[in-house]
Amino acid sequence: MKNEFKVIADLIEKDKKVLDVGCADGILMKFLKENKNANIRGLEISKEKVQECIAKGLTVIEGNAEKDLKQFPNKSFDYVVLSQTLQAFLNPELVLNELLRVGKKAIVTIPNFGYWKVRSHLLIKGTMPITKTLPDEWYNTPNLHMCTIKDFFHFVKSKDIKIFKSLALNGLNTSLINERNLGIKNLLADLGIFLIEK
Amino acid sequence: MNTEKKIKTLIVKKPLKLDCGKTIKDFPIAYETYGSLNSKKDNAILVFHALTGDQFVTGVNPVTNKEGWWSYAVGPNKAIDTNKYFVICSNVIGGCMGSYGPSHKDPNNENIFGTNFPVITINDMVNAQYNLLNHFGIDKLFSIAGGSMGGMQVLQFISNFPNKSKTVIPIATTSSHSAQNIAFNELGRQAIMADGDWKDGNYTSNNNNPGKGLAVARMAAHITYLSKKGLQEKFGRKLQEREDLKFGFDADFQIESYLRYQGSVFVDRFDANSYLYITRAMDYFDLSKQFKGNLSDAFINTKAKFFIISFTSDWLYPTQENKDIVIALNSVGADVGFVEIESDKGHDSFLLDVPDFLNALKNFLDKSYSENKE
Repeated sequence: MKNEFKVIADLIEKDKKVLDVGCADGILMKFLKENKNANIRGLEISKEKVQECIAKGLTVIEGNAEKDLKQFPNKSFDYVVLSQTLQAFLNPELVLNELLRVGKKAIVTIPNFGYWKVRSHLLIKGTMPITKTLPDEWYNTPNLHMCTIKDFFHFVKSKDIKIFKSLALNGLNTSLINERNLGIKNLLADLGIFLIEK
Repeated sequence: MNTEKKIKTLIVKKPLKLDCGKTIKDFPIAYETYGSLNSKKDNAILVFHALTGDQFVTGVNPVTNKEGWWSYAVGPNKAIDTNKYFVICSNVIGGCMGSYGPSHKDPNNENIFGTNFPVITINDMVNAQYNLLNHFGIDKLFSIAGGSMGGMQVLQFISNFPNKSKTVIPIATTSSHSAQNIAFNELGRQAIMADGDWKDGNYTSNNNNPGKGLAVARMAAHITYLSKKGLQEKFGRKLQEREDLKFGFDADFQIESYLRYQGSVFVDRFDANSYLYITRAMDYFDLSKQFKGNLSDAFINTKAKFFIISFTSDWLYPTQENKDIVIALNSVGADVGFVEIESDKGHDSFLLDVPDFLNALKNFLDKSYSENKE
């Protein structure tokens, strides 16, 4: 399991009700179910991925986060997880609001466009950056709204969303982000993980 | 061997009050089982059949000598694995494969019921079938499953008996019959009633079946079970055993010949009055109305695990109607999974060899069963 999922799992206590939005093949769900005794549901747009989840015995609803989150009542989950997908929605702000409505808390991870390798790729090569977390070409990337850790941090603050924890990930290294080290973390981390609430 | 000997029946002694207000008692429920019930009695699956199905789910139907209606899904090592599970299915009341219906005799006057049989509902069907649990000494089913009208029974069953099944699988169904659904059923009923041999439902007394009307009803309904794309791919404008059009009203096109055949074989195995009664029961089905318009309330007391399945090309019970059930379940925090299966085979997809569907069904059941054991 990738380090990002381990970090997410560490943020979730035992016996919680969790919704994994864009749960893909259910690796995180399975881990949370087995190790955290989580009462876990998934929402996934791909039919094949939904089938993979069913084969793992996971409860998954085929659907689109932009349309189908609205069926869940307010605060019906302890945690709602969205891993590296926010930037791929037509309307990320709407999805973020929905996550915070449905979940008592939300865990959102974003691929950091401020990461130094991304910046240097654009600066030196002059072409759209391709990295481990951003593997696609400009013409076939699902990512519509790339942002940096700094962008997301400021955005969340401006919307009066409470940040409980923000973490910078670089490979296997995890460190805390705060207002003071924001600039440097935004340069060194390829992934940001935010535990938020509204 | 005569038909009666091939049909197992349970005589329900306990009176059952029907939605129409009438009470029936000492009535037969015809059923069949597959696989064996384990000693803990925790491996039973109650399967509900659709409009024209019966209790003979799989293998050769001993009455019609045709393959059972869910042979693709039910059997040894299949999605509903009879090596593992004990499958029970019964003919719905109002039906014509041995359960109490319009072709039975009225105990009050010894005449065949015909249209004097009480109008029954999905709720009545389910309440009648509930007696099978006591019959087999099953406290809690492992699963209930069914497609189309079978799915309606699944929903009604778990609403009536929220603690009686661990898992719940409604397939290609709806919580409420739409105007379009009712319209198609009315077309079928009118075709039967317009047949001179129907005789206000008293045809059985002189052995003259309204076969023409019933065949037309089946032909019309059959179109609704397929998709436009499926029909086009299978038949297109292909001609039936001829080089060119004949400028007449014989079956020039293969699709015409196919529908005529479907109509004619149906008449051999189905009773016209049962067709009226069962389509009426479907039309009356509106689960949310039973809960003052709030479908979620139908599921508020159940802890069962739901798995809802729809098909992309099903326009009779389209994905959105299945999703409405998912939404209602989510709003009460029920454990519900949902998948829409890609298929060109229309509403009939659930009866056919659609591997994605059969795999999903098998995986859901087997995983839920093994979790149960842990």
